[in-house]
This record gives sequence, C-alpha cells and structure tokens, in this order.
Amino acid sequence: MIGWGVLKGLAVTLKRFFQTYFVTNKLGKNHYFTQEGIESRYNPSTEGIFTIQYPEERHVLPEEFRYLPFLLYEVNSEGGKDYRCTACGICAKVCPPQCIWILRKSDQATGRPVPHPEVFTIDIDICMNCGLCAEYCPFDAIKMDHDFELATLNRVKNLYSMEQLGKPVDYYAKIRPINYQREESARAPKKQAAAG
Amino acid sequence: MTNEFVMPSSIDGADEYLASVAAQETRPGFSGWVIPADQNQVIIRHLKENFNYDFLSSVTGVDNYPDPTLEVVYHLFKSTGGGALVLHAQIDRNDPRIASMVPLYRGAEFQEREIWDLFGIQFEGHPDLRRILLWEGFDGHPLRKDWKEPFYEEDVKPYKSRWPEGKASLIEEQNPLRDNVQFPAGFTPKNWTPEGEKKLVDAVKSQPVSEELETDEMVLNLGPQHPSTHGVLRMITATEGEKIVSLKPVLGYLHRNHEKIGERNTFLQIMPYTDRLDYISSMSNNFGYALAVEKLMGITPPERADYIRVMMAELTRISSHMMANGFLLNDLGAYFTPSLYSLEERELLLDVFEAASGSRMMCNYFRFGGVARDVPPEVLVKVKDLVENRLPRKIDELDRYLTNNELVMVRTQGVGTLTDEQAINFSITGPILRASGVPYDIRRSDPYSIYERLEFDVVTKTHGDVYDRYLVRLEEMRQSVRILKQVLAQMPEGPVMTGKPVYQVRVPAGEAFGHVEAPKGELGFYVISDGKPNPKRYHVRAPSFINMTAMEQMSIGWKIADVMAVLGSVDIVLGEVDR
Repeated sequence: MIGWGVLKGLAVTLKRFFQTYFVTNKLGKNHYFTQEGIESRYNPSTEGIFTIQYPEERHVLPEEFRYLPFLLYEVNSEGGKDYRCTACGICAKVCPPQCIWILRKSDQATGRPVPHPEVFTIDIDICMNCGLCAEYCPFDAIKMDHDFELATLNRVKNLYSMEQLGKPVDYYAKIRPINYQREESARAPKKQAAAG
Repeated sequence: MTNEFVMPSSIDGADEYLASVAAQETRPGFSGWVIPADQNQVIIRHLKENFNYDFLSSVTGVDNYPDPTLEVVYHLFKSTGGGALVLHAQIDRNDPRIASMVPLYRGAEFQEREIWDLFGIQFEGHPDLRRILLWEGFDGHPLRKDWKEPFYEEDVKPYKSRWPEGKASLIEEQNPLRDNVQFPAGFTPKNWTPEGEKKLVDAVKSQPVSEELETDEMVLNLGPQHPSTHGVLRMITATEGEKIVSLKPVLGYLHRNHEKIGERNTFLQIMPYTDRLDYISSMSNNFGYALAVEKLMGITPPERADYIRVMMAELTRISSHMMANGFLLNDLGAYFTPSLYSLEERELLLDVFEAASGSRMMCNYFRFGGVARDVPPEVLVKVKDLVENRLPRKIDELDRYLTNNELVMVRTQGVGTLTDEQAINFSITGPILRASGVPYDIRRSDPYSIYERLEFDVVTKTHGDVYDRYLVRLEEMRQSVRILKQVLAQMPEGPVMTGKPVYQVRVPAGEAFGHVEAPKGELGFYVISDGKPNPKRYHVRAPSFINMTAMEQMSIGWKIADVMAVLGSVDIVLGEVDR
C-alpha cells in the first residue's frame, strides 16, 4: 500500500518524540545539571534525550583521554620544583609535527651537559595530541593532560614554556589514578635498588 | 597477511607469460615484475584479457632520486579474489612518459592524473590529463624527492634543531613571506593568467550538444561551499535543461600532501597522520598502515591484539555506515532527523574509542606489532552491552524508519546505477561494488588478521543503485555485529604487543602493500623502505578518491538533485579524497 512506509517511519519518530518527553520528565527537576541527570540521559539504555548541556554539564573523561602534554615535577623539601625530565630528547625525536624544543642544561663550570632541561617549549598550535611523547618517555616525565579548554586571544601565547607546562605529580595521580599506580609500582624496585 | 588458499599466479600461467616479456624483480624485499615501460599497455591488456586480472587496484609513482628514473607501480587483482600482481615500469626521470591505462581500466583516470600532478609523469592517451589535487600553474611536482615545501627544514624528521639545542620560534618566522606560500623565481602576480578554470570548463564541455534543437549547454558549479557536498568538494557540471550531460569533480581543496609529509616522517610518526585521512574511521586507517609496515618488518601481533584490532575495525565500520546512511538521507532532503538518529549510535562508539585510545576521532591506537595499550575491562563490558542490546535494536529501528519509506524509494531506486562490469572497470570498491553484485570484500578475497576464522557474509545486491548501496550498508552493519559477537566471545587474554615498544622501528628494505576493507572500500598503503628510519615512498590508495572516478558515469542522464543522492551514496570523506 502506498504511504505505509512513510507512516511507519513517522510512527518511529513520533514514538521517539513522546519518549523523550516522558523519560526526560521522570526525574523531574533533577534531570538537568545533576550527576544523576547526566547519567540517566547519557547511557546506552536511555530512550530519551541524549545530549549533555555543555559547559554547565560535563562528561566524566575516561582516564586515557589525552589532550596536550604536560611536564611532571615533584615538590622538593624546599618547596621547589624537581622536574622529572632528563632532557634525553626522545619526546622531541618522536613528536610527529616536531613541536617540542629542548635546550639541555650544561654545567656552568665544566660545560658538560647535565640531565636537566634548561628550556622546554611546546608549540601547542602545532601539537596534534597524538600522545606519542608520553607513550615513549622512559622517565614518566611527560604525560597527556585532561584540560582541553585553552582558548586565548593571542596566538603567540601558545608557545608554552616550562613554567606553563609543569604540573605536580599529585595532579597526575588525580587524573590518571590507574596509570599512576602501575608506574609507581614499577618504579619502586628501581628506587629501592638505587637507595640500597 | 596469509595467502594460503589464494591461487598463485604460477598456476594460471600468468607467471610464464610474464617471464617471457618481463624481468623478475630482483631488488631485496621487492616482489613482482619489472616490465618494459613501452610495453606496459600490451602486457597489462594481455593479463586482463587472458588471465582475468580485471581489477586495477592502484597505480602510483615512485621517485628513485638520485637515480635518474621514475617508476610507475601497478597493483593488479582479480575480482574473483587473490593476492596482488605487482608490476613496476621504470622510465626516464628527465622525460617521463608512459602509456595510459585508462583505455583498459577507467579506474586509472584520477590516479594517473594524481601521478601527473605530483610526479610529473605524462600519460600518453589519457583523455583528460590535468592536475587534480593542485592548481594549474603550480610550480613543480611535489612528490619528487628534490622538491621542497615552503616551511622546509630538513629532508627527514626528527629535525636537528629541536634537541639538544632547541630554540622555539613560530613556524612562520622561517619563511620570508611569513605565510605558507612560495613563488617560483621571477613570478609576478600581475603577469600571471590563471589557466586552470578555462581548461576545466573545456573538459566538462567536451560533450557534443544536440544539433536539432537549438539548445545550449549550461555549465553549473556545485560547490565548493555547498551543504550537500560533505566538505569542500566542487563539482562542475554541464547540463541540458536540468539533465546532467557531463560532470567533473574538482578536488584538492583540503590537499596537504599527506604522502610528502609521510616521507618526511619516521615510520611511527606516520601513524597519527593516518587518522586524519578518513577521519570518520581512523581505526581502519591505522589498521591498513600497521599491516603494511608489519609485512615489511615480518612481525605479527599477538592473538589478543588481533582481536582488539578487528573489534575496533568493525565498530568503526558500524559508526561509518551509520553516518553514511544518515547523511545520505540528509542529502535527499530529509533534513537532520535520520542523521541525528545515527549520530547517537556513533557517539556511543566514539566513547569506546576514547576510553581505549584516548581520543574520540584521532585514535592513533595501532602500533607495529600490536596496539598501544590494552582495552580497559569496563570498556569491553560496555562494548558487549552495545553489541548485544543496543546496536541490533537501533539498526532495526533505522531499517523500519527508512527502508520501506516511499519517498526514499522514489528518490533512490534506479538512480545512479553502475553495472558490475562498470564497477570493476572503474576500480570501485566497498559497498558500492557489492551493491552492483560483485562479492568482492578484502576480508574474504585476500584475508588479513583473523578474518579467516570469523563467520560473516559478504553482502551483495544486484541493482547497483543508490537504494542498494543503502541496503548493503545496513546489512553490513548487521554482519559487523555478528563479527563483534564472535570476537568478544573468543577474545583471549595475553599481551597486546610483540616485543618492546620502540620509538624508532627498524624496517628492512623492501616494498609492501597492506590493504584492508575499510568502511568506504579498499584502503591500501604502499610503503617502500630503503632501510632508513623514514620510508622512501609512502602511498595511500584512498577508496573515496578512486570511487569518485565513477561519479560522472553514475550522474550522467540524471537531474541535478539526483547528483546529491549519488554523492551521498558514494560516501566520501574529503580528508581522504584530497589527502
């Protein structure tokens, strides 16, 4: 019968239309801007509205989410920053768009290189967020961040210096707890060996 | 990867024939034959007519600089299945000419134009040899090894200026023009007359106009900015009334010379760039490239990695086909309802990619010899839930909603047909080829990874019209769900990487062609290594690009509005077309 297919199609959309209304109203006021609301809407078994009202509502980012690298430092007893980076240059070599520049520190008296970066710069305009630097860093010194809101009015500011890139280890432990645990337990025997 | 049940070319006599006219390839790591360049058409015609090599998958060029030769490489297949027959033809670098393959395989048309554009090889007998990705008047042929781009720093990465004495600067400081352009010596914009547009209009107006009626052809531009062109694609058409007389796609608005970038990069550095080809299905792109380099390196991933790869590739197929079908309806004028229904499913699949790889679209998940990291257990649970409960239900919903809809049927049935012979001749792959009734699916014809172990049907339809392409995609999603169920049930525990992950992989000299059945068709990666950290040649056989070759054939005789339906059914992604 002509028109039957169209009617069937319309029935699908009409059903969806009412479903979204009733499912959305089941939680009443709690439907928007609450964790409960987000979870009820954004999951595979929902029948109702699917969208998240960014920026008031946010997804919980999965641990592996990656956006722009940052440098890890440990806060030492004097309150200073001990960067884990040894300026070995692997991240600069593996970086596909070549957006990492490292100037290795050298001893002022002897002129020999020491395992610390003097200057560490990332051009975040060029960075393609591939995560290879973090993946191949042998010292867990560079990791991928979760912060993705980086709009600026001046593009020149997007040349990030070591100050802007540095974040404490605690922050890393917070955004990637599972990875942090695994890396720490892998490092523990080495540390002990070094101490003993 | 495994070619066990493929009939070797020695049995059907092609080898004996080739031995009489060509020389076996002797360079280490190379396979196939070196054919005399002036005989290429004769030899390939013989192979096509007598040995059934009816499918010219890929034609590409290679620059042997500093040797004074250029090479044209042909990858021939049989549409009945089997491995590749590789032919190399070497020509003089200073006067590169070779006979065109277009009289034999129409599918060579765009590929040869691309080689002319990027290598400067003249194809004699080509009906329309213009530049395709760059503009007429462009200075030089970029894929030649001695051509240098505006922000040229060094031949290969990693650049020495980054470490240990790196000094950051903004990239535009490097170019005196402070922009991504360079002009040949002596160029002044005043004295330059653009010639491309005239050539283009001449090419599209080549059809004879009806003499009896005093009508005239009208040249009509579709795009580059047009809501139905899936990006910046331009098609120039000659129309008689509203009927299409001829049509030429104008490509290259998104061109960045992916292959040149690839040749500057190390092998591993190319991986994230492959994501940006067909950005709807980056996992499949990773897959094809990983297979090609693994062939060269002679390694295979561990069992679990293989299962994860296939799982990701099939999830990608579902998400890509969902979008293809949704946006086909968009092109037909159904506005956004169907595409948003399908985007909902894609959203959930992208969450899976995000949790496993760290990024929703630019996954960069595959490594040579495995995958970057294991899939978290909760993600596997999520995939299982999707595959068991949600996806089959939603595919059925889309089916109910669209398949018997009279408006869809009227707009798509019988429109833009391709016969099976035409489709093969045009080197069409993927759902379009199968909708024309050719059961050609690389997962079956030249199996890779673990597809030999999995049960699924190669979906074919018979009419070869837009409607059948829609039906093939719908049914392929169901087959993907079937594959996913098996993969999830059989997935073993274990490592996901062969050997230690290294950032500078050692790739022995040689050539390899790795190809996968991507959602859009046969995605091939042709890689030549000369033992250095960077590939000597890196070529992408992009399915969307080659499928565009048949766009004119499919559109002629139809109305302008039908061109949009045909384009929607070809399912192009401009990131891959323009590369």
